[in-house]
Amino acid sequence: MSTDSSQLITDLNNFNHRHAAHCESGTVTTLLRSQGLDLTEAMVFGLGGGIFFIYMPLFKMAGMPLTAYRDAPRIIIKNICKRLGVRMRSHRYRTPEEGMAALDDFLMQGIPVGIQGNVFWLPYFPEEMRFQYNGHNMVVFGKKDNEYLVSDPVVEQATTCPAADLQRARFAKGAFAPKGLLYYPDYVPTDPDIAGAIPVAIKTTAKRMTEIPIPFFGVRGMRFMANRLIKWPEKFGIKRASALIGNVVRMQEEIGTGGAGFRFIYAAFLQEAGDLLDNEALREASKRLSRTGDRWREFALLGAQLCKGRKQDPAAYKDLANVVRDCADREEAIFNDLKKVF
Amino acid sequence: MKAREVPQDPSMLGEHRRACYATNDEGEYIIVPSKGWEVESIVNSQAVDEVREQIEAVRQQALKGEVSPLTYHMTLRHMDARLLAANTGIWRWKVKRHLTVKGFAGLNHELLMRYADALGMDVERLRQVPKEPEYLVD
Repeated sequence: MSTDSSQLITDLNNFNHRHAAHCESGTVTTLLRSQGLDLTEAMVFGLGGGIFFIYMPLFKMAGMPLTAYRDAPRIIIKNICKRLGVRMRSHRYRTPEEGMAALDDFLMQGIPVGIQGNVFWLPYFPEEMRFQYNGHNMVVFGKKDNEYLVSDPVVEQATTCPAADLQRARFAKGAFAPKGLLYYPDYVPTDPDIAGAIPVAIKTTAKRMTEIPIPFFGVRGMRFMANRLIKWPEKFGIKRASALIGNVVRMQEEIGTGGAGFRFIYAAFLQEAGDLLDNEALREASKRLSRTGDRWREFALLGAQLCKGRKQDPAAYKDLANVVRDCADREEAIFNDLKKVF
Repeated sequence: MKAREVPQDPSMLGEHRRACYATNDEGEYIIVPSKGWEVESIVNSQAVDEVREQIEAVRQQALKGEVSPLTYHMTLRHMDARLLAANTGIWRWKVKRHLTVKGFAGLNHELLMRYADALGMDVERLRQVPKEPEYLVD
């Protein structure tokens, strides 16, 4: 293929990269911006209904009970398409050869694409962050020699990834296997009705947080986790109980949540929505959620102290459970009030 | 959280900074890059240490000839038999046999290639167990 007629980007600096907290909202934000729709990550996260809580102890990820402060993968993409009228094209591929050739084709046409990949095989991450996790999202926007130019939203600057590693990441198997998934918006409205989409997004999220009649989800999930957490030392022993606490804290504070398990980024969305609609109730909800986020950070701090000290005072688990219950009460009140705003 | 209070604790993530949402003096949310938080370092190293202990234990077993080099390299790549089977397309019961020293010795070149490829290394390395501890990828 002749490179003369192509629009292949070969310069790492020739792309408008922006640092984001979360991979999925960050990737969607970047893709929309490349098509002329410039939204903040917080707006994409909020309109996409990213915030949630899930605790499913029987569903294990890397031997740990599934704990998430967010909704399922790809829910943000789905909701953004529905609520803003964006059309997203997705392709999966049977073989790595096919998938890499298709990626090159898009890049030759100057189309940046979102891809899903396994974090373990991405060498630009520090070693300590590399775990077998298939659900990571990033944008690939160019290629130089045998390296792809990558705009990974959770990384501060645009970076590169050798072709062999990217191929391995895109075709890793296991839970949430990406199967070479590649996606890009092929229709983005120039002036979408954001003011109209905000109430729909907030109401749906508020209902999911408070009304699902199953103990694993939303504020019920938090209380369920609090009740189980008290029994961990007795049930699993000191070492395992401490590892379980550590896992919850990691899900809340490690790369990709923007702090306090997505509570701050959602508060940023509520603030922006409040300013856009000039709605004081939304601005007030933003402040209350910020304070709840601070409370979640206290939980993380207490949890880490427990992990570090390995002092096995049952009272420490009780304290932790009480903070989680308090967060659940606060979020229940906030989201119940949000239902009444519109 | 206030922007000024965003933790900037040294962490094992080195130069890598993550985006945090915090409020500026006017109470507006902004993105603040953070070097890390001690809390994160504690829970993250807890998880990393657990994996490393496991890798080191398997390396010792492999050196003593109790398990095959394949078992070691599988563990090094944070995989178990199920995940290795999925990544190679080899039946799990066969993978389990190849994890034993005897089963590994009988492997032909084609199967060795498939394992090496899935583990991101060459066949030469797959046959060896390092004398010193190593982590992850080179």
